[in-house]
Amino acid sequence: MTTYSAVGLSGRDINDIIRRERDDNITFTHVNGQRFIADAMKDKTVTVEGIAGNASGAYMDGGKLIVRGNAQDAIGDTMNGGEIFISGMCGDAAGYAMRGGEIYIGKDVGYRAGIHMKEYGLDKPVLVIGGVAGDYLGEYQAGGLIIVVNTEGVVNPLGDDYATGMHGGKIVVFTDCEPKSLGGARVRGAESGDIDELAAYIDKFCALTSREYDDIVSRAAWIIEPAGRNPYKRLYVNN
Amino acid sequence: MLEGQVRIPSGCAVSGFINRDRSLTDGSRIIKSIACMHDRSNGLGGGFAAYGIYPEYKDYYALHVFYDNSDVKAECEKFIDKHFDIVNLSKIPVRKTPKIIDEPLIWRYFVKPLPTKLASSQLDEREFTVKCVFKINSYIKGAYVFSCGKNMGAFKAVGYPEDVGEFYRLDEYAGYSWIAHGRYPTNTPGWWGGAHPFCLLDIAVVHNGEISSYDANRREIEMFGYKCNLQTDTEVITYIFDYLVRKTGMNYKEACDVIAAPFWNKIEAMDIKEREYCKYLRRNFDSLLITGPFSLIVGYEGGLIGINDRLKLRSMVVAEKGKTVYMASEECAIRAIESNPDTVYAPKGGQPVIAEAE
Amino acid sequence: MEYIRARFEILRDTDRCNGCGRCVRECASGAHYLDESGRLRASDCKCVDCQRCVETCPTGALKIALNRNTFHPNDNWGDRYVEEIHRQAATGGVLLSSMGNPNPMPSYFDRMLLNASQVTNPPIDPLREPMETKVILGRKDRRITRGSDGKIAPKAVRGLTSDVPLLFSAMSYGSISYNAHAALAMAAKELNTYYNTGEGGLHKDFYRYGDRTIVQVASGRFGVHADYLNAGAAIEIKMGQGAKPGIGGHLPAEKIAGDISATRMIPVGSDAISPAPHHDIYSIEDLRQLVDSLKEATAHAKPIIVKVAAVHNIAAIASGIARSGADIIAIDGYRGGTGAAPTRIRDNVGIPIELALAAVDSRLRDEGIRDNVSLIAGGSIRSSADMIKAIALGADAVYIGTAALCALGCHLCRSCQQGKCSWGIATQNPELTKRLDPEKGAARLVNLVNAWTHEAEEIMGGMGINAIEALRGNRLMLRGIGLNDRELSILGISHAGE
Repeated sequence: MTTYSAVGLSGRDINDIIRRERDDNITFTHVNGQRFIADAMKDKTVTVEGIAGNASGAYMDGGKLIVRGNAQDAIGDTMNGGEIFISGMCGDAAGYAMRGGEIYIGKDVGYRAGIHMKEYGLDKPVLVIGGVAGDYLGEYQAGGLIIVVNTEGVVNPLGDDYATGMHGGKIVVFTDCEPKSLGGARVRGAESGDIDELAAYIDKFCALTSREYDDIVSRAAWIIEPAGRNPYKRLYVNN
Repeated sequence: MLEGQVRIPSGCAVSGFINRDRSLTDGSRIIKSIACMHDRSNGLGGGFAAYGIYPEYKDYYALHVFYDNSDVKAECEKFIDKHFDIVNLSKIPVRKTPKIIDEPLIWRYFVKPLPTKLASSQLDEREFTVKCVFKINSYIKGAYVFSCGKNMGAFKAVGYPEDVGEFYRLDEYAGYSWIAHGRYPTNTPGWWGGAHPFCLLDIAVVHNGEISSYDANRREIEMFGYKCNLQTDTEVITYIFDYLVRKTGMNYKEACDVIAAPFWNKIEAMDIKEREYCKYLRRNFDSLLITGPFSLIVGYEGGLIGINDRLKLRSMVVAEKGKTVYMASEECAIRAIESNPDTVYAPKGGQPVIAEAE
Repeated sequence: MEYIRARFEILRDTDRCNGCGRCVRECASGAHYLDESGRLRASDCKCVDCQRCVETCPTGALKIALNRNTFHPNDNWGDRYVEEIHRQAATGGVLLSSMGNPNPMPSYFDRMLLNASQVTNPPIDPLREPMETKVILGRKDRRITRGSDGKIAPKAVRGLTSDVPLLFSAMSYGSISYNAHAALAMAAKELNTYYNTGEGGLHKDFYRYGDRTIVQVASGRFGVHADYLNAGAAIEIKMGQGAKPGIGGHLPAEKIAGDISATRMIPVGSDAISPAPHHDIYSIEDLRQLVDSLKEATAHAKPIIVKVAAVHNIAAIASGIARSGADIIAIDGYRGGTGAAPTRIRDNVGIPIELALAAVDSRLRDEGIRDNVSLIAGGSIRSSADMIKAIALGADAVYIGTAALCALGCHLCRSCQQGKCSWGIATQNPELTKRLDPEKGAARLVNLVNAWTHEAEEIMGGMGINAIEALRGNRLMLRGIGLNDRELSILGISHAGE
């Protein structure tokens, strides 16, 4: 592993190092808000110690971005593949329009996480939120899987107006209290098949955050799914 | 309609020469040259610029100013006094002639920016001077600084150029480089400021032709703090040279490669080094390309440039004799003062002839 | 009773008609049919006046006319209002239209006249003397650096280089057909200009036209991934569109078939919804972030275009964009076309491109940042004269969309939203798309652009201008006619006669 101090480096400098460095495993210490780290990266493992700046991991297409600390806004924007792990919390619009890859957030996430996530073919994005989510979680969600682990067992870990305009994919929430059905989405209790589908991701989350699988699945799990894939079909008339 | 309120196209004659050994020639010679192209002017504008004429004040900016009346003169002098140290001021001496009428008050000041004003402006001396000149020309109505270089000066008026030269007693000045202009405007400018040359610091431009890129050039150059008060081609060309040379750090040859950039097909056919150079200039300075007909003579401290538009829509002849280089709209204007030149040639369109003092 | 009135009537000259039934086969709207007795019939209320039957009828027996049946005349409550109310009362739907605003609003292009040289300087004959229409779009770099020899060390010229000051504007694969995209791509290559993917991704077959492709990143991020971003010559961030400023897009599931699903990277049968905003851009500093993140994703090799709809505050918006790191700003006027937009938005939101362009160009110059960006103007450029006027107002180049579609056969029936384009352009029905031969379409586009270029050269030559950059922002070449002082001052031009 090769380590660099990020002091005095811009996000562009950091990406130049990532592109240039022969070592596939690179760590940057003392990162404080540098943006765009590992954008469009295809392989390599990049570890960030500190605060990952806005739009880090955007367009990522493979490899791993590990943030030991918190991350700011628009992390994993339009991500296509690879993995992002954030030990702390994360700002707004995490995983916007992501189509593939996996994002694991140890703690809370801000507004509009997983907005317009979509899936295609074998690409199926996964966003795992350890704590609670801000409002508009999964707005326009068109595919993929969002899991709200809710490690602290908060009664309502979803915020308001989640899943508005949802027309694909799935949101899973662990909470003892049944979430309300909103807008175009339906809520139902999870069945064992649902949990089997999640097991691998929860396992990974537990491994990354040193938690126990059984503690998480001991809470009730709820599935939020779209009521249909064409929510606006009846909205228009030809003129 | 006054010059500046409306755009007045004009045709013209230009002539100029430089003694590359800096030997001095009095003004009668250039008058003789421009006079022989009398028919290219119509009596509505003539002017000259001369270099090396103020050796005793060579470290001072020589401001030549027109005033409409003594009130505005007082106002303007107050401004000059506030910003500059004035070491000498006087009326510019003239010889009355019935062919030159309605003259304004014409004054000359040798000045240096006040050190305290200069320091607080955080500008260099030349930029400070330019800013002050623009202030006078834009905001003091009835005052117009028409020349502001060091050890050089412009002399211009409404009239035929030979009469203008006579009026200003140019035979009493001695310079190493002279340029002259006879104007053929398409209406009657009521005001002397519109005559050529047009000057800023040591740059003086005389120009023949009407450029078609005028408004594109004007709107570009005005982004950089210049104000085209007169709406004449010559004014905008002067500012373009000042911008390219003084503000971007180009030399005069490079500035010429901007205003008369080669055609793209010619650029593509160049060798790689030249091609990259021309591409770079044309791409990044394209709004300063000048199209439409022009022949220009540009004077500056220690140098003289003659250049045509790239289609060569105006005439220009260059001759050399010993250490002197001549440029003029017509060969006759050179022969009138140098009957036996060593060489005579017509430069190609867009290719500048640059003659510099040794 | 739905009260849906026929807008057109189909007139069949029975003397000419030979009963061949071609009209039945050609009509994608089902307006022509055979009755039980085998007689050719027409259903007026299905007709959209696409002119396909008229143009293909072998005996010239057909004409489409405005319905002569008239509502009780009313200058306030025109037929259109009554009709639209009937449609909405029957369905509860939002009125959906396509192509640009057809209403009789003032056209400023039509109220500007061009200059020509007489006596004081010469016109240039473009057929025999050089006339340059090549443009390079992008940021300028004026910091001169010199090598050890004292000569200028030229920096490599970056940016989009087009032989003509005209590019094909964004139209997504999905809103138009594969063959239409193929024709645009081939024509762009032949003409040395660019076409634009729109927000529908880039079909794998068209990666080979990458150096002539502008790839778009819109709020839906359909088909956006690292290879896509690196495939094109430039990346366009679509913030808005003249036909529907401030709202997103919606490609209904019926149009998400096979290759469209693959190109957009979304499943078959799912709607493709573009959110109204980019959810990573809620403010100007966020735009800078997206510009920079796209630059990082492409190692700073691609110019970034930011496309915005012309709205009230466009000058300030453009000023912000010019400071965002973007290389090019594309402004789309309110008459710009669309594959589908709510009628009320299309017809009532936004401002004319002429005024927007003039305001933006002036503002950027006032602030001394005009050279930070190039400007592309779009939104109803109908002819070479419109193009020249836009450049004289301050544009570096123009975008054409509707004009390009007309070259491909579009007759502006404004029914794209129905997906039944008889000309094979705005449809995904394979029976219809095969009507458009991409090779022939490309040839027609090339013809159109070449013809416009010749016309532009004649106009420039008349002005005595032999390089397009000397026309850019050269507003002295324009005069207004029938415009008031306010309009003239916004356009920055004088009135004819002044």
